[in-house]
Amino acid sequence: MELKSRRKRFNIYPYLLLAPALIIMLSVVIVPIFNAFNMSFMNYNLTRPNKMGYNNFGNYVKMLNDSDFTGALWRTVVWVVFGVGGQFLFGFMLALILNKYFRGRGVARAVSLIPWVTPGVLIALMWSWMFDGNYGVINDLLMKLHLIDDKIAYLARKDTAMPSVIITIIWQGIPFFALMILAGLQGIPGDLYEAAAIDGATGIQKLFYVTIPSLRNTIFVTTMLRVIWVANSVDVIFNMTNGGPANSTQTLAVYVYKKASSLDMGYASAMAIALMLVLLVAAIPYLKSTFAEKGA
Amino acid sequence: MSRKYKIPKATQESTASRVFLLWIPLILFLVFLLFPFYWTFVTSIKSDAELHSLTVSYWPAQPTFQAYEHLFGQFNFLHPMKNSLIVALITTIVSLTVSTLAAYSFSRFCFAGRKPLMVLFLTNNMFPNVLLLIPLFTIMRQIKLLYTPWALVLSYTTFTIPFSVWLMNGYLNDIPMALEEAAMIDGANRAKAFIKVILPVLLPCLLATGVYIFMQSWNEYTFAVLFTNEKNRTIPVALKMLVGQLGVQWDLITAGGIITVIPVCIMFFFAQKRLVAGLTAGAVKG
Repeated sequence: MELKSRRKRFNIYPYLLLAPALIIMLSVVIVPIFNAFNMSFMNYNLTRPNKMGYNNFGNYVKMLNDSDFTGALWRTVVWVVFGVGGQFLFGFMLALILNKYFRGRGVARAVSLIPWVTPGVLIALMWSWMFDGNYGVINDLLMKLHLIDDKIAYLARKDTAMPSVIITIIWQGIPFFALMILAGLQGIPGDLYEAAAIDGATGIQKLFYVTIPSLRNTIFVTTMLRVIWVANSVDVIFNMTNGGPANSTQTLAVYVYKKASSLDMGYASAMAIALMLVLLVAAIPYLKSTFAEKGA
Repeated sequence: MSRKYKIPKATQESTASRVFLLWIPLILFLVFLLFPFYWTFVTSIKSDAELHSLTVSYWPAQPTFQAYEHLFGQFNFLHPMKNSLIVALITTIVSLTVSTLAAYSFSRFCFAGRKPLMVLFLTNNMFPNVLLLIPLFTIMRQIKLLYTPWALVLSYTTFTIPFSVWLMNGYLNDIPMALEEAAMIDGANRAKAFIKVILPVLLPCLLATGVYIFMQSWNEYTFAVLFTNEKNRTIPVALKMLVGQLGVQWDLITAGGIITVIPVCIMFFFAQKRLVAGLTAGAVKG
């Protein structure tokens, strides 16, 4: 990018333009983060206002001994790995299909993005209804296909609840992956495929030696964004299972949300900070590339 | 450059490979992605008896719009719709204004601190919503904004502003500087050049970004459920409230769901092309 307006004189203009956005960000993000950090060292339960005060890392000690916390941490990993993994796999497939020429492609592309613009609560409710044990359409379809013999109460059983919410989040995330990868596909120069064709490459070989290497950056950035997003998402699980049955779908974000809803803000803050640190570590490669390329 | 060899064209694919590599997977994907909406609609026009019959029907024997009548009559769904509209509109106007100014600054000026400030905006989505929610709740409570639309507007700017700055910065970088420089040589000052020259070119991008912000605020649930009460509850919260008053009223929920997604879908289809272009530009270029 060219920057022709570089001047030796100090110019106040850019700062003035930035000021409104910065002031808002400062007051709704930066200050609150410090607030949360401070609260995480305190007994800060809004239902017990006279017992507030610093508790000497009490929340963090409690966290490490809380089996609900360690369980939630582990389930967050499962939720993210399978959720984002599935979104990537199916999103990639969908992008490859939508990159072909066919009549009605524009409509197919637009329509397949609808899950992405649907509210999380509605997604959760729609899928809860489809997964319903008595009247659910999924049971009906699977029984008609003779894949199961008896009705299953998917969201009420410990072994099926997590797979069910993961299927839901995959459904929600396919469009975003597909649209990012599709844009990446359109950016691959046709010459590369021509060259591969001359060398006698088959379709599969082109996929692995041309398409995937060219998309490395797109896949990396999209996956990173999705990992952060899925790890932090609350609404789907909260509205489908509320973390149950027997905590079997309680991810860290959901656990924190429930603690915050019960107004135990000190402990909730400590766990939210732990979640942020976990994500920060996971996102180090992404941050590095952001600093290196975009900030220039 | 002359081409000495034939380009493999899509039309040269065999019929069999068209069917197995294109049409069948495409149809499977579309069915998977769209069936839940079909099912939601079908549920919303079923009668109560059919809804709770043990044989599942894929099209109602007697379609009825009773659920919609109940939704707007007894449950006064227009009220949360109005609340959502207010919150989404204010959020959109506020975020769009301040983000466009900020993005213009990043895109057109070189100044001390530009890089760290850009990184600040870019890495903002690292902070978990649940982390922000806790202090924002206590702050809103202290400054008496809790249970007003402003509590939601301010919370939503935590994710809409950084995102819009990023998006608008991308759009602005694509507009050549020569455009406004020409105007400035002709005697216009920077503000005038921006309004007369840049703004008209930028308008479709502003609309696309606006649609995205609107969608996000219209759909948001986690902040909304804690920051609103009966008077200013938004659609997602109202939808969830239909669970558990008298058991789960699936016909009402699905009717509400259909009403909720229709406006967003219409807006999205108009803004879709430019929005997707803006969203993907950053990730694809790196």
